[in-house]
Amino acid sequence: MIQFMQQLINGISLGSIYALIALGYTMVYGIIKLINFAHGDIYMLGAYIGFVFATKTGMGFIPTLIVAMITCSIIGVVIEMIAYKPLRNATRITALITAIGVSYFIEASTQKVMGTNPRAFPNLLPKGNLNISGVVITYQQIFILVVTVLLMIGLQFVVTKTKIGRAMRAVSVDTDAARLMGVNVDQTISFTFALGSALAGAAGVLVGIYYNSINPLMGLVPGVKAFIAAVFGGIGIIPGAMLGGILIGVTEALVSGYGSSLYKDAVVYVILIIILVVKPAGLLGKNVREKV
Amino acid sequence: MIVLQTKNLTRNFGGLAAVSNVSLEIKKNELVGLIGPNGAGKTTLFNLLTGVYEPSEGTIELLVDGNLKSIGGLKPYTITNFGIGRTFQNIRLFKELTVLDNIKVGMNQNINYGVLTAIFRFPKYYSEEKRVHEEALKLLEVVNLVDKKDELAKNLPYGEQRKLEIARALATNPRVLFLDEPAAGMNPIETQELTDLIRKIKDDFNLTIILIEHDMSLVMNVCERIYVLDYGKLIASGDPDSIKNNKKVIEAYLGED
Amino acid sequence: MRKNQFTKTNLAWLLVIIGSYLLINVLISAGVINKIYQTVMLTIGINIILAISLNLIIGITGQFSLGHAGFMSIGAYSAGVIVKMMDGAPSSVYIGMLVGILISIVVALIVATPTLRLKGDYLAIATLGFGEIIRIVIQNMKITNGAAGLVLPKLIDWPVVFVFLVISTIVIVSFTYSAYGRACISVREDEIASETMGINTTKYKIMAFVVGAIFASIAGTLYATSFYVIKPEIFSFNKSIDILVIVVFGGMGSFTGSFVSALLISVLNTSLQSFADIRTIIYGALLVLIMIFRPQGLLGKYEFKFSKLFDKFAKKEVRQ
Repeated sequence: MIQFMQQLINGISLGSIYALIALGYTMVYGIIKLINFAHGDIYMLGAYIGFVFATKTGMGFIPTLIVAMITCSIIGVVIEMIAYKPLRNATRITALITAIGVSYFIEASTQKVMGTNPRAFPNLLPKGNLNISGVVITYQQIFILVVTVLLMIGLQFVVTKTKIGRAMRAVSVDTDAARLMGVNVDQTISFTFALGSALAGAAGVLVGIYYNSINPLMGLVPGVKAFIAAVFGGIGIIPGAMLGGILIGVTEALVSGYGSSLYKDAVVYVILIIILVVKPAGLLGKNVREKV
Repeated sequence: MIVLQTKNLTRNFGGLAAVSNVSLEIKKNELVGLIGPNGAGKTTLFNLLTGVYEPSEGTIELLVDGNLKSIGGLKPYTITNFGIGRTFQNIRLFKELTVLDNIKVGMNQNINYGVLTAIFRFPKYYSEEKRVHEEALKLLEVVNLVDKKDELAKNLPYGEQRKLEIARALATNPRVLFLDEPAAGMNPIETQELTDLIRKIKDDFNLTIILIEHDMSLVMNVCERIYVLDYGKLIASGDPDSIKNNKKVIEAYLGED
Repeated sequence: MRKNQFTKTNLAWLLVIIGSYLLINVLISAGVINKIYQTVMLTIGINIILAISLNLIIGITGQFSLGHAGFMSIGAYSAGVIVKMMDGAPSSVYIGMLVGILISIVVALIVATPTLRLKGDYLAIATLGFGEIIRIVIQNMKITNGAAGLVLPKLIDWPVVFVFLVISTIVIVSFTYSAYGRACISVREDEIASETMGINTTKYKIMAFVVGAIFASIAGTLYATSFYVIKPEIFSFNKSIDILVIVVFGGMGSFTGSFVSALLISVLNTSLQSFADIRTIIYGALLVLIMIFRPQGLLGKYEFKFSKLFDKFAKKEVRQ
């Protein structure tokens, strides 16, 4: 039981990071039906920006987080403008390949500038842990969870309560209709990228602190897993991405704890395939039928 | 002789009964019209009869080898191979294939060579492809599209796309043919040509034809019998004259007042 | 569609095959193609087989698969294990290839049956998942020596790759230009219309997927027996993406395009070898630029055909 609770806690903190990345995937997919393959690399950039900022200025957690988020959102918007905007009416596979190109570009550029070796991320959060009858929760885990929850509440507020959030939802339902209703579609898409990239940047800083080590290819695997999380929850659905992220994180932790950590990724993929086959629209999605 | 009949055919989408309790009887070589206001469930009925949707309730029976066979809920390709062909309201040609290849896809089930013959190009491949090629050209002749055989389907003008769809449906060798709004978007001259075409293929190919159409002059002109759907229910059936004067039909089209 | 025209085209192709074989031989003995270029040739040949087999699945049948590297790894490891067992006997390559093909067929059927019901992006991500599962399983097996991989002797040279390239191309192209291929294209164009034409779309999707998997597996065997080392990480989803990039860059649905693109990309990669650190940067940027300015790929759906060429000549003669 103690071990189960321990794995559950580990899984939730890992999963909440997946969820943060998954949100970016799901928002972008929801609005322009693009699997933004480079999203995992934005998360990696967030970690590096945090690393550079914290080591150069010696500032603490909150400023580092904010700087990483803002910088990432700018990068996200720039990428969208340069690489994706010209492809608005292209096929989805074309857009996907473009995203892959962007991903290679970011990874290789980071390797060139920062070197290929892993870097040690400065410890910005207090060390120590709580021990609740055998279950160990580190302060870092608590911080990660709190920050993630706050960001998600903020996101939910933006999407449901603000004008730009309404525009986002409108564009994702029907881009043309939204345009006719006077929504500035390009601006809305840019904003979506900014929002998603900011969350990925935050995830990068949190992971840097959690694992204490960052490298230019760190975005690859979490990127894919976060995408799976988004599909798992129902792509395009914001609460679905949160749920999917947590579930993937918990599954991984449980498989590592009880089975073999070597197979944790395989289990995630098996679950993905089962979900896709049984309920392709994801846990929270609705199946839509093609009109004939 | 009945070639196709449905009993109490129903299809629900969520709480909505798009088709409800429809019972039809179509006789051999009849030309039947299916009319009704927008959203009456005509296309849904076609989709049920051709296997695109599964019925929620009720039966569909088709005359196969002299016996009525239940075909409700079978896959579309199985139903096609039993002898039902169709066209679509929103034209669904294979856009990136040539006109000729569109026809050849329709004939696919009647091409007799195996994968290995295809891969190693045994003589049978050549003889079969030759036969298919000639038969496909004949079908294009019927709809007057031989000159355009090498054009991509997407490059044809609208009216010709509709004709190509009919030829493609004929290529599946149907006994019963469903035409979903064949005259939509056509001008009066084209519609007249289409009317002639429908009559011609019915005789030449020994077909039973059921057509959905909003162009009433076409329907009243070619159809021997008409079924009228409204809100998914069958509200009338009979010959064109009786339908024209049917009170329920007039109400359905004009609204009750 | 005269019967004799086919023999004419087939003859022309035969001449091209023999001619290029002789040409390569002459160039090698003349020293124009040195050892390094020969290695590049192996890469190009293997990449073309991978690309055309994926093109059959994606470009012709319209099924977006991202699991191609998985089948490649099955072919590579089947050969690897059997080469080890047979102490590098020359015949072990072909026994290994056969085993790889059989395993790939079984795995492809297992993968295809549930996933090919999915569409577009969902199919892509499911096949990506399957490819990764194959990799993880190989990584955790004893017989494959886990993450460390296998070190193998070099057992084949360019003529073997050349022969298999020719076989792969003939099989895949002949399949495409037959009733089977037309059925596959109709699935890509409009699944519902295809079903109403009497075509069992699932059957054709699975068929294309299995044929594609077989040739990916053959490419894997060729890779394993010509490049000394195989490791699970070589066959990660990045490899699947590399193959996809070749296909899309050349033009989806164009086999000629796959040939040209595999050639260009391999040459580009090799010529950027000395700038290893900026190679991927340039590669990434190029991908973006190509997709923006030429999204249909280099050749679109264009296909080089001798029959077209002959028709042109014939028409010219008539005019004269």
